[in-house]
Amino acid sequence: MDFQLNDEQKMLQKMVRDFSLKEVEPTAKERDEEERFDRSIFDQMGELGLTGIPWSEEYGGIGSDFLSYAIAVEELSRVCASTGVTLSAHVSLASWPIYKYGDESQKQNFLKRLAEGSALGAYALSEPGAGSDVASMKMQAKKDGSDYVLNGNKVWITNGGVADIYVVFAATAPEEKHKGITAFIVEKGTAGFTFGKKEEKLGIRSSPTTELIFENCRIPEANRLGEEGDGFKIAMTTLDGGRSGIAAQAVGIAQGALDAASDYAKEREQFGKPIVHNQGVSFKLADMATEIEASRLLTYQAAWLESNDLPYSNASAMAKLFAGDTAMRQTVEAVQVFGGYGFTKDYPVERYMRDAKITQIYEGTNEIQRLVIGRSVTK
Amino acid sequence: MDFLFSTEQETFQRQVRQVAQDNVTKELNSMNADIFPKNSIQTMAEQGLLGIPIPAEYGGLGKDYISYIMTIHELSKVSASVGVILSVHTSVATNPILQFGTEEQKKYYLPKLASGDYLGAFALTEPSAGSDAAKLKLKATRQDDVYILNGSKIFITNGNEADSFITFARTGNEKGAKGISAFIVEKNTPGFSVGTSEEKMGLHGTSTVTLHFDHCKIPISQRLGEEGQGFHIAMANLNGGRIGIAAQALGIAEAAYEYTREWARHLPEQEQHLLFTLADMATKVEAAKLMVYRAASLMEKEKKCIREVSTAKLLATRTAREITIDAIQTVGYEAARKGFPLERYFRDAKVTEIYEGTSEIQKVVISKQLAQS
Repeated sequence: MDFQLNDEQKMLQKMVRDFSLKEVEPTAKERDEEERFDRSIFDQMGELGLTGIPWSEEYGGIGSDFLSYAIAVEELSRVCASTGVTLSAHVSLASWPIYKYGDESQKQNFLKRLAEGSALGAYALSEPGAGSDVASMKMQAKKDGSDYVLNGNKVWITNGGVADIYVVFAATAPEEKHKGITAFIVEKGTAGFTFGKKEEKLGIRSSPTTELIFENCRIPEANRLGEEGDGFKIAMTTLDGGRSGIAAQAVGIAQGALDAASDYAKEREQFGKPIVHNQGVSFKLADMATEIEASRLLTYQAAWLESNDLPYSNASAMAKLFAGDTAMRQTVEAVQVFGGYGFTKDYPVERYMRDAKITQIYEGTNEIQRLVIGRSVTK
Repeated sequence: MDFLFSTEQETFQRQVRQVAQDNVTKELNSMNADIFPKNSIQTMAEQGLLGIPIPAEYGGLGKDYISYIMTIHELSKVSASVGVILSVHTSVATNPILQFGTEEQKKYYLPKLASGDYLGAFALTEPSAGSDAAKLKLKATRQDDVYILNGSKIFITNGNEADSFITFARTGNEKGAKGISAFIVEKNTPGFSVGTSEEKMGLHGTSTVTLHFDHCKIPISQRLGEEGQGFHIAMANLNGGRIGIAAQALGIAEAAYEYTREWARHLPEQEQHLLFTLADMATKVEAAKLMVYRAASLMEKEKKCIREVSTAKLLATRTAREITIDAIQTVGYEAARKGFPLERYFRDAKVTEIYEGTSEIQKVVISKQLAQS
């Protein structure tokens, strides 16, 4: 057993922390207010190699592992959860299924561009009537010669509109329910593929979330990911790893809130002394630190297991459940430490609190995580 | 990072589980009737489990700290009483001698303690000195080459059975931490007596006693460390004590979770609320486990880990309390009947949030560490 990061991981952590403070943090508040996605931040992440951390160099990556990737998402989210999820959706949801299920030419054509950061990725599974209940999806893909013709809508798509490469799930055999789902790689600009409504959101506001519209959109067979009917398996296994990414985002948000609350409590004086000298404040900070440490260990464990080809599905569900709940609870506490100031936009904790909420919802709500874990342990 | 036990640690884990199954389970009923688990401790002694992290040259197994913490964890899954007997014996009754003893003291005491020939206890707490240990009053007056001890100690785990007691007393006139020294007191020393045993809500296999010192003469050679070093010795070993209790709490929590899970598995179907409860239990146990073993691993590497140990104890003991309550709520009335494991786990869990530094003290420690970082 060894619970410490190695030198390479520490270096990456420091590199991402420096980048986050210098390039991401200064505009985080403004991008949140303006609901503005900044592609140049993603481009810079590409230059630093962050867009392809776990993939080998032959596919444009830096040949590191999922633990390093989790560390990067955590550090970005510590200053801006929107930037954290941009990377998480890009790596875990869009690149991972191509890495895992793609054929060699798909890896060369798509994974490489994603890994290098010349293309941004997205993942399109949810529909208005198919959220947690994925198998009831309506979007169809009909075989026509050597093409598939896609028709239908997708919603809640992170990186939607700004992404270049989309992993899209559609029913090729609707009567077979989840066994009739197939995955496709769709490029932005394909005829018949357009973007609908951009959501106005409570949090992660500088990460665009849009609707995707497919109207007789023709996709060559070469862009089918895996076999017909593999889609549900691809979608679910993708989310298994994605959960570690969201857990890492939650850890980052909670840590950012603790950093801010801790600094503030040392400076803010009331009744002639810094408020951190009140147990009402310092005990809150101690609880925050404790739960964050536990969240981080669960998250790193899940990422480490995946990096070492060990089963990680349960571990990533636990990490997301615990880290998401911790982030929500502790960002509320951070606002409380700031008092009235915490309720204003003068300080970042209100943003952290708004950003935290989604970590309990997306990539499988925490209720779904509980179901997954509960079923698995009673098997 | 590496989240797995080594092969050697896994082999040792199987050995410890065997002792827990073969020996400790047989004494669960008698422990419920307040009887010390003599046979289990005897078997543990024969297998070297009373000196796991003590170097082989002093009669110990010379194993790593993770193996030691894993032993407390595994034993506490069957009996939290046996877990705390081992934790007190090793972390706070033996380790201080290893760390601060003279070569002579080490050669005399460590083989006895590591082999189980002696059982150890740690005597710090007094009626008016609990969390604020520096307020202790037990007086040690130097007279030629002896110290004369007068006063009393309370809440001493292993007190009825122990042969040696690491005892903290005031040697100087300074108030507070500075005037405290540590002594190794033998059971049969004239003037030393073991008083009444507390009746407790849990940990019925352990004794918790009052100690009386009435003109008790202790030779200078029994002083541990320098005069005035006592508080430092006490604090230096609290970290080891805390991680031991965190492991005990982890064992209790995991046992309650596993009992509930097995109970649920035998139901014809599991409703959603039950699955959710089990998921929360499993997740909290996993979090506590990572915190405990991370702290143990840092102890092994002799890294500074005050915060990590305190957060581990805070989280693991809270988890033990929450899970044992949820387990009874889930299984229902059957679980609350006396003699059933869940009611025992529930009663055993509470004190883990109190001894070796209350949860509030852990928060004081953690927030101080945060302020310095």
